[in-house]
Amino acid sequence: MVEFLQHVINGLGLGSIYALIALGYTMVFGILQLINFAHSDVYMIGAFAGYYASRYFGLADSPGLLSLLIALGCAMGACGALGFTIERFAYRPLRKAPRINVLITAIGVSLLLEFGGQIVFGADPKFFPTLYSAGNTLVFGGVQIEPIQLLVFVVSVLLMVALRFIIFKTKAGRAMRAVSFSHTNAALMGIPVDRTISFTFILGSALAGAAGILVGLTYPKIDPLMGVMFGLKAFVAAVVGGIGNVTGAVLGALLMGVAETMVIAYWAPTYRDALAFSLLILILLFKPSGLLGSHRMEKV
Amino acid sequence: MNSFTTVRNALPSAFAALALLFSVGACTKKTDAPTGTTSGTSDSSSASTAASGDEILIGEVGSLTGSEATFGTSTRDGIDLAIKQINEGGGIKGKKLRVIVLDDQGKPEEAAIAVTKLITQDKVSAILGEVSSSRSLAMAPIAQSHKIPMITPSSTNPKVTQIGDYIFRVCFIDPFQGSVMAKFARNSLKANTAAILRDIKNDYSMGLAEFFNDTFTKMGGKVTVIQSYSAGDVDFKTQLSSIKALTGADKPDVIFVPGYYTEVGLIARQARSMGFKVPLLGGDGWDSEKLTEIGENSLDGSYFSNHYSPDDKSPHVQKFIADYKTVFNRIPDGLAAMGYDAAMVLADAMKRAKTLASEDVRAAIAETKNYPGVTGNITINKDRDAEKPAVVLEVKDKRFIYKETINPS
Amino acid sequence: MIAPQSKLEGSSMYRGASIFLAGIVVFAILSPLVTSALPAYYSAIVAYAGINVTLAVSLNLVLGITGQFSMGHAGFMAVGAYVSSYLSLTVFNHIQIVGLPLEVSQNLFFAVSLYIGGLASAGLGYVVGLPTLRLRGDYLAIVTLGFGEIIRVVLLNIDVVGAARGLPGIPRWTSFGWIYAIAFVSVLTVRRLMNSAHGRAFLAVREDEIAAEAMGVNATRVKVTAFVISSFFAGVAGGLFAHYLTYLNPAIFDFNRSFEIIIMVVLGGMGSTSGALVAALFLTGLREFLRPLQEITKLDFRMVIYSILLIVLMLTRPNGFFGTREISDFNLFRRFKRNALKVNNPGENHV
Repeated sequence: MVEFLQHVINGLGLGSIYALIALGYTMVFGILQLINFAHSDVYMIGAFAGYYASRYFGLADSPGLLSLLIALGCAMGACGALGFTIERFAYRPLRKAPRINVLITAIGVSLLLEFGGQIVFGADPKFFPTLYSAGNTLVFGGVQIEPIQLLVFVVSVLLMVALRFIIFKTKAGRAMRAVSFSHTNAALMGIPVDRTISFTFILGSALAGAAGILVGLTYPKIDPLMGVMFGLKAFVAAVVGGIGNVTGAVLGALLMGVAETMVIAYWAPTYRDALAFSLLILILLFKPSGLLGSHRMEKV
Repeated sequence: MNSFTTVRNALPSAFAALALLFSVGACTKKTDAPTGTTSGTSDSSSASTAASGDEILIGEVGSLTGSEATFGTSTRDGIDLAIKQINEGGGIKGKKLRVIVLDDQGKPEEAAIAVTKLITQDKVSAILGEVSSSRSLAMAPIAQSHKIPMITPSSTNPKVTQIGDYIFRVCFIDPFQGSVMAKFARNSLKANTAAILRDIKNDYSMGLAEFFNDTFTKMGGKVTVIQSYSAGDVDFKTQLSSIKALTGADKPDVIFVPGYYTEVGLIARQARSMGFKVPLLGGDGWDSEKLTEIGENSLDGSYFSNHYSPDDKSPHVQKFIADYKTVFNRIPDGLAAMGYDAAMVLADAMKRAKTLASEDVRAAIAETKNYPGVTGNITINKDRDAEKPAVVLEVKDKRFIYKETINPS
Repeated sequence: MIAPQSKLEGSSMYRGASIFLAGIVVFAILSPLVTSALPAYYSAIVAYAGINVTLAVSLNLVLGITGQFSMGHAGFMAVGAYVSSYLSLTVFNHIQIVGLPLEVSQNLFFAVSLYIGGLASAGLGYVVGLPTLRLRGDYLAIVTLGFGEIIRVVLLNIDVVGAARGLPGIPRWTSFGWIYAIAFVSVLTVRRLMNSAHGRAFLAVREDEIAAEAMGVNATRVKVTAFVISSFFAGVAGGLFAHYLTYLNPAIFDFNRSFEIIIMVVLGGMGSTSGALVAALFLTGLREFLRPLQEITKLDFRMVIYSILLIVLMLTRPNGFFGTREISDFNLFRRFKRNALKVNNPGENHV
């Protein structure tokens, strides 16, 4: 029983990391119906921004909340700017083009960041400094919990709540919902479509930046290709939860984290990477809109 | 529907027709058949032009970009250093060496194209590479069919050198290194049980795990669980929790983690924070300062097998470490050392060879005996594998301390 | 090449057969010539380019012509590659048909092994396609991507084909002629299909699935058909690849390979077979063409340049090189063929 609970905790820890990345995917998809393949690489850039910021400011010498916040600020700022740039110069000119073109561009941006990163940062893995020590391992009746995992979990839930607030309670959020429903109609209602999309990208990318820092703290090894598999799984998690739905993304990510853990622990560890996709296929076949997604009628 | 059924019926006959026609084509030109496009006819010309001019060209193929780029770049740096030193020492037979490095992005077919280019376009005299067995296995048949000697610094799969008599290696093979750690665990650590945590995506890791398991079981030990991860993973807590849940007679005395330093650092951290006290064991894939940079002190009390010890007082080892540090500003890792040795063994063979023709160089490499390499005294055996003792190093305070030497039996 | 829908299906069939026969005779004669004339390096580039042509043309059938976003082409290629290599290694490499010279026997066996590889891949295409092709757009994309990855993980778990250690020592039976004849067959098959009722149905489904269903087209059936044919050729291309490289491991068939093929199709112009062909040749050549740069810079900028080029091309020429047009649409006698052109290319007005 203790072992099982431990696996569940591990799964939730892994899932909350997926959730951080899945949130950005789901927002961009919600508004543009675009699988933003570059998102997982923006997250990588976030981790490296934090890494270089902490080296530049010497943050690792004085770990603490302040250092963490400075690194977070740098990473979120860098990623927000990067997200804006990507949207402005790679996606916006293709607004009217078929979706597959935008998708190819996204793949192109993703490859550019990955291979550019390998040249600029070097291909070797870097040690992400301990900017913030969350304390020693907590033990509850034999079940161990890493405080950093707890932190990541709380942060991802908080971010989800904050995003829900932005989307449903603010003017910008209303604009986002309108744009996601229909670009043309939103424009007719006087909503600045391009600006709203830019805002969404900046928000989503800043989230990726935060995710980069938190992942760096949890698993202190960063490299230019760190986003590839994580990104793919986070995207799958977003689809499982119902893409475009913020709560769904977090739920799907946690579900996936736990499911992966269970496969490793009790079934066939070597099939772990196949699991995410099998789960996805099953869910899409029986509930194509995902767990919490709303079904949209296909218009003729 | 008509046309579709036509397609369906036509395809088998189309394939049969193709087969017949190509066999006729093949019959008219016999040399073409066995090796396809890399026909054996141009061999002699490429070999003879190779050594002309006042420099000797060496080809190197490595993964300089892609998911295994960090290994490829280390190897390249090691080779670069070796070539620089050879040239400063006057070169070979009055000629300077020059290396042409081509990237394969970690893809076997890219490696195959790259090695074809090096051999047929650039007319290199020898090939150094690849790091990974999966690329070496794609390259070796081409080097063999053109009769160009190829030395791989770190491809450990026994099948690589079995491809032909022009293919050599300067590293251990999986069966040897797997058994080294099994012997060490049984004899020196008195371990009765072991857990294995291997990288399913990595042939090197799978190979070591397999042979560790064999030897350890043969020696009366028991492997109680085999867990897996994939290269690129960052979370290993579940695998470790499963190992931790074993109790009683199944509780492992050691955990064998035959992966690369890129993952092992994180594995060790997570293991220690989960309260594991048993030593982790590994192979030469651990050898990098990144291991302790990422793993910090969590690896203290762990052991891995390696080619050499940084404490080795031999002047050539210390000189290599110092030179590497001055040029690249970091401590060489195992891959850099093996890249260095691969180039040095090649240069040594070229010096000894009667001429620089590829068959003479090949023969000279095959006769390499007790070459004092950085990674040990290298003797090329009849399987064209390097025979050299392995050292077991202990990780202590972010340093690798010499523990013992295990000879090939 | 332009054959307006003929009432006499028979005559068109003979024409197809004669083009086909003429084509492979040409390739059979060319094969030894090209092999001996081209330096090994160029002939290797040309070989991989040819394999990519088959892959791109077959993916174009699903992606461009039927409008279904499949991102798992590498998986089907993997199945074909592994099945045919395993057959060749375990069976065909050890036997010879009595009374036939070795080459003839070998090539016959190679044909069988490629064909079985293709069939295995097509069968999997059917199994995968039937449930998933109900999904649309990005959902289909991500599910097919998932299937590709599942195939790769399953291969990592099969010990008889070497798992992560790979499958070395596959006989090198692929020759220039084989590669280009298969590419030719795939181009021809797609062209012939396009001029049939089936091709029309593919296009109808791409243009508007609901309207097509209203016209009595069984959309699911059409999509699955396209998917199965496409998988077949992907499998055959995989077999060619395996017997050329002589080594396989599961990492060869990761999702980046699927992306690579998609990029060829999109760059060529979705729905244009000639486009897929040209883009496959162009992109394969480009990677090698950029190689000398690496010797100058000491760093490999190829993928960076490749990705920038991709983004720029998408921004400046979103319809790819060809749009939905074909090379045959550009010929000198365009004026005389205008009528035929309209029949041939219903997708034209869509651009």
